[in-house]
Parts: sequence; structure tokens; C-alpha cells
Amino acid sequence: MAVQTVTRAQLSEAVYQEVGLSRNESAELVETVLEEICKALVRGEMVKISSFGSFAVRRKGRRIGRNPKTGQEVPISPRRVLVFRASHLLKDQIDAALSGRKEAGPA
Amino acid sequence: MVWQASDCLDTRATMTKSELIQQLAENNPHLYQRDVERIVTAIFDEIGAALARGDRVELRGFGAFSVKRRDARAGRNPRTGDSVDVEEKHIPFFKTGKQLRERLNEGL
Repeated sequence: MAVQTVTRAQLSEAVYQEVGLSRNESAELVETVLEEICKALVRGEMVKISSFGSFAVRRKGRRIGRNPKTGQEVPISPRRVLVFRASHLLKDQIDAALSGRKEAGPA
Repeated sequence: MVWQASDCLDTRATMTKSELIQQLAENNPHLYQRDVERIVTAIFDEIGAALARGDRVELRGFGAFSVKRRDARAGRNPRTGDSVDVEEKHIPFFKTGKQLRERLNEGL
């Protein structure tokens, strides 16, 4: 089956189904949740969502990179990167559903 | 490259799911805390369910979650050197959104 893309719209719908709020307010809350996570990350905090995973901000130092096309050396300045580590629960959920699918169907 | 604890900006400052819920409840006094909890849980459950279907979750300004397939391969037990079959597996992946990446680097 083709890969579908889930966006804010589906997350808002899930919130709408779960709590008795209007569609508008559900959409706003999805935005608020994401924004609160972003703000914590921008403050340099780690964000841990149990049974889902954790987001952490890492500091990377200056290094010399290379333009792969021209081979020219270019300095890469220090920057902050966000890394996501999925929890074992999430990894197992995904792997069981997708890698196990072959056994479920006819070989 | 091996990451060290000191690579994190502040290794002690952590926002957990319950702290996130508490913060959201404080900012939204018209909502019951238990409803905020259900909202946060619904969002992450929905993302997890989408990934378990093999779908991609794209949240502009935040980032995109996707699933990558790793083919079956012949691995090795690093201690004994024995060959072991590693089955195909699917692993979740996250790519930071452009806007968040820029926000993280503001003023650097």
C-alpha cells in the first residue's frame, strides 16, 4: 500500500474525537502542544514523552566540510541540532506491524 | 562519532510528558488537566499509529516522522565473530523542520 502522509489535520481530528471540543479548538490545541515542545527545545531542554520517545538538542562544533560536487572545502559553523530517539515501545509497535506483516499474508 | 553527555546544552533540564501536560493546563485554565492529558496522549498515539501503518507524519515548522526499512542482512556477533542472520526491520526516523532548525540556531 502506498505511503500516506498524516498532517496536523488528522491530529486535530484525533483530538476532536477524543475530547468534546470544537474542531477549531482541537486544531489550536495541536498547535499549542507542538509550540510548547518547540519552546522547551529552544531553551535547550530535553523533551521526554514516555512510551513515544525523546527529543534532545545537541551542540555541534565548527568543522570543515566539503562541497561534494566541487570538492571545495567550506567551513561549517557551530550549530545546534535536534535528535529524536524513539522509545522501545514505539520501535516495537512499528516493527511488529510492518516487519511482521509478511507472515500474516499468504507467502 | 560518539556523543557525550556534555554535547547536550543542559543535560539536567528535561521536560517530561507530565510536565508538558502541566504547563499546557496552566496556560489553558478553561481545560481540565485530565482533558489536556487525553489531548497530548491522543496526538502521540495518532503519530505512533500512523508510523505503524508505514505512513509519514509531516508537521510543518516542527518536523517529519517517517519509517525506514532496513533489509535483512548477515550480521556478526562482535564478541565471537559468528555469523548471525539479522531480519528485515522497520525503524522510526525524525527529520527536524526548517523553521525549528532555524529557531534552535537563532543568536548563534
